[in-house]
Amino acid sequence: MSLPLDDLYREIILDHYKQPRNRGELEPHTVRVEGNNPLCGDEIQLDVILADGDLQDVAFQGRGCSISQASASMMTEAVKAKPVEDVRQLIETFKGMMHGQPVDTEDLGDLEALEGVQKFPVRIKCALLAWTTLEQALQEAKAS
Amino acid sequence: MNVAQIRKDFPIFERKVNGKPLVYLDSAATSQKPLAVIEALDHYYRTYNANVHRGVYSISEEATEAYEKARDKVQAFIGAARRESVIFVRNTTEAINLVAYAWGRANIGAGDEIMLSEMEHHSNLVPWQLLAAEKSAVLKHIPVLDDGTLDMDEARRLVTERTKLVAVSHMSNVLGTINPVQELARLAHSAGAVILLDGAQSVPHMPVNVQELDCDFLAASGHKMLAPTGSGFLYGRVELLESMPPFMGGGDMIRQVWLDHATWNDLPWKFEAGTPNVADMIGLGVAVDYLQSVGMQAIREHEKQLTAYTLGTLGELELVDIHGPRDPEIRGGAVSFCYADVHPHDLAQILDGDGICIRAGHHCCHPLMRKLGVSATARASFYLYNTEDEVDLLVKSLTKAGELFGVPAPARA
Repeated sequence: MSLPLDDLYREIILDHYKQPRNRGELEPHTVRVEGNNPLCGDEIQLDVILADGDLQDVAFQGRGCSISQASASMMTEAVKAKPVEDVRQLIETFKGMMHGQPVDTEDLGDLEALEGVQKFPVRIKCALLAWTTLEQALQEAKAS
Repeated sequence: MNVAQIRKDFPIFERKVNGKPLVYLDSAATSQKPLAVIEALDHYYRTYNANVHRGVYSISEEATEAYEKARDKVQAFIGAARRESVIFVRNTTEAINLVAYAWGRANIGAGDEIMLSEMEHHSNLVPWQLLAAEKSAVLKHIPVLDDGTLDMDEARRLVTERTKLVAVSHMSNVLGTINPVQELARLAHSAGAVILLDGAQSVPHMPVNVQELDCDFLAASGHKMLAPTGSGFLYGRVELLESMPPFMGGGDMIRQVWLDHATWNDLPWKFEAGTPNVADMIGLGVAVDYLQSVGMQAIREHEKQLTAYTLGTLGELELVDIHGPRDPEIRGGAVSFCYADVHPHDLAQILDGDGICIRAGHHCCHPLMRKLGVSATARASFYLYNTEDEVDLLVKSLTKAGELFGVPAPARA
């Protein structure tokens, strides 16, 4: 595989794609949101349980490319059992990384592997799908 | 038809992508341009750029002549009886919207029926949804059968005396299916309905004669037939176009204007408001010349061969699911497929690493994707400049993608 593609399809991404974490549905859930990638072909459903200022649990369903699914899987691992404020911060950090801003990758864990997506601008939307959907979920939970 | 010679006419094929030759398999999205078309744009802007239809001075006269000559070329290309039938627009989508606005709003009423199909591109679906919602009209859809063809028995059942319009794809951009549009025209006309054909995929790839097809409207994109982006046309029966109110109002589509009303220009200009894409339409005329010099039947034969070859070699790969009819006689050069559970985005990405351009996604056919039960497909589409070698490269690159994503090694039949 050519070097740039090496950067995109790192081992850990393929691992999350083949064995996604936190796949499924949560019944009951605080909020359920569906998201679609404008680069068509990726869909996601996110179930979130929020309580006492924490994102207690999260699960995702959907069909999509390796980048969208791996990103969703990695995201659920990173946000589970975290305070909502930390989750909001993480969303901003990840979005920043995708758009080429220098970020502190210490708290990102596996998510750091998605840094290579920057080199493939069209696929940034794939990586962001789960995150924009999560953002929407937090928005909707706050509103209700 | 000498493909090697034809390829030399297209400068873009000198380009390398990721160090590999450009293998362009997305002509269904847009086509590459021959040097003659590129030079025509350059020549216009360098030597006779001027607005059309109004100027007295020489270069305006030259621009007008070139623009109107392009119209004559398109008229001849599609076998239209009169040049007044050829309206220049930006693309197929605009052509269909023109009909929806100008013909639809004056002719569709509450309870009237519009017959479409399950395989329509959004551009031949959404305008009719908007119209139906506004007018309380009813939309019906001819189902697509498992083999990728239209259920014509059901089509005959769906047509009633309330059917006012039948709007269908001439050639599917996903399945490649060439629909039996002459039969559909007979069906429409016997019910007193009008028929519109979405010719975006057919006009560039096969001989199309509007009188033989007996269609009332035909929409097409110039940019899919070697012409610049921004070029396209609508063919309409003169009597229909005469009876229709205008689409856009403004300069050039009027005869006389007072403060509170205006009278309309003759056809075709009644439907060409404002300054047109002069350069792009001149480019369209040159594209038509090029296609005529190769011959549309020759192009059709070439694509049939390529499609047959692809259905064979691609079809041999285990775990490849090809959509659409198996018979190259009734299908065009758009081949949509799924490969194991490797997502089309990932397929397209790996192929890009090898310089190969395919399309991944919904191809602007969400309802068809749902019908096929897939969230996305990959699509390779061919034109006069593609070769069997390129198909071999496609297959090779696909197996590479398969390896990366853990697809069991393909066994050739």
